Amino acid sequence: MRNPFARALTLTILTAVMLTGAAGSALACGGLVTPNGTINLLKTTTLAAYHEGIEHYVTSFEFAGEGSEVGSIIPLPGVPTDVIKGGDWTLQRLIIETQPQPEALRTASFALDSAAGAEVLLEKKIDALDITVLKGGAVEVGNWAREHGYFLPPDAPEMLAFYAERSPIFLAARFNAERAANRGVQTGQGTPIHVVIPTTNPWVPLRILALGRKAAEVVQADVYLLTDRRPETLPQAERSKGFDPNQRGLIQEVSEPASTTLLADLRSDRGMKWLPENGMWLTYIRINETAANLKHDLAIDASGYGRPNPVAAGYPTASGAAPWPVVWTVMAALVAVAFLMVVTDPAVRRRAERVFRR
Amino acid sequence: MKLRAAAAAVALTLLVGAAAASRGAAARANDGTVRIPVHYSKFDPAELAVEPGETVRFVIVNTDPIDHEFILGDERVQLVHENGTEAHHPPRPGEISVSAGETVVTTYTFPDTPGELIFGCHLPGHYDFGMRGTVTIA
Repeated sequence: MRNPFARALTLTILTAVMLTGAAGSALACGGLVTPNGTINLLKTTTLAAYHEGIEHYVTSFEFAGEGSEVGSIIPLPGVPTDVIKGGDWTLQRLIIETQPQPEALRTASFALDSAAGAEVLLEKKIDALDITVLKGGAVEVGNWAREHGYFLPPDAPEMLAFYAERSPIFLAARFNAERAANRGVQTGQGTPIHVVIPTTNPWVPLRILALGRKAAEVVQADVYLLTDRRPETLPQAERSKGFDPNQRGLIQEVSEPASTTLLADLRSDRGMKWLPENGMWLTYIRINETAANLKHDLAIDASGYGRPNPVAAGYPTASGAAPWPVVWTVMAALVAVAFLMVVTDPAVRRRAERVFRR
Repeated sequence: MKLRAAAAAVALTLLVGAAAASRGAAARANDGTVRIPVHYSKFDPAELAVEPGETVRFVIVNTDPIDHEFILGDERVQLVHENGTEAHHPPRPGEISVSAGETVVTTYTFPDTPGELIFGCHLPGHYDFGMRGTVTIA
């Protein structure tokens, strides 16, 4: 953005876009389930920025309407030092930076740009949202959620265990219907939150997006990374075929130095002053994968060593590996027996000796 | 030669053992009781075998942090519960709710005729998720 007027105009448009919801829906990167078991299938958008050992996780919760008891649970890689209201345009600005926009908006942009359970660690009210940060195992967190009126689908016990093994920290968020009504929150209106997490091991929860979904359902999400260096991720994202809606998997749509105009716009948003003015790398990964295949999270290594942590991605550790099935054990035994038969056969032994003598 | 024969015998024994182990025989009642833990929204064991007219005491152990239920009956019974609105079941023979982390007991007498019954959980999404099993009466 070359001049202050242009930037102000961009932000005005962004605010309008945000209010009208034209730039795409922004939902939390967590499991969203209603009491009758229906799942909100809208797309989710998340920013995971990592700078100076701190992960800044920005996402938005969308109000599903009065009387609708919807809660979200997000696994976190560490204990957050703070949960604050997210910026008003950060997620929308990232969408505009990286995705094809409707003609009118694109023109405007070009013109401008050329329980004995879980331990409650933190409770916060952000607008109509009640935020609780919990520490506990899968059963403790599950019990807390159930006792506080969260509906947990049948895959929740295994999902919670998957996350609790790596990090026992969870963020639960829920709209307070009374405060939402008093504030005049409209159905579909988003409330962004910004979670500040000191960690040496940043990761973005992805598998939780499949919570409560049928195996064949497609999970869609936009994940933005802002890092000091070009990051390596695990799983590695596939190369984009140009925003092809039929391309499945984790698709890397953008990987480039973040423009100074983008960083300036983001820095001008609430709670984003920590962001450097330049020198950040922007990665946009589009998730378009069936629930059955979304089995891992996104581990990030922005250190330059290029070694994202498999454990952070949710891959099994050596110690946690499942014991060998009986069949494999027997196969190994058969191989051993066959080997013994061969080496104890005098004829075979003589042939082997002749081979070695040569 | 003797060694080879012995090794072959060992290999054959192991192979037969592996085949039996991988087939996963249906569980049977032990002293009239079958213990069925529920873990990650799955019954284990999910295949049972009983004799016609046998009375079985089912001990359902819910290790999950969510509620479940154990409904035993034919397909019609399962359909009624899948479409039903009864959130919590009073204990009836073969039909019982089991809250998170709890253990409950229900006793059921199977019909005198051979056949197959189903047991399942019909809380929203649980049956589709695979929370079901079969009882073979033979």
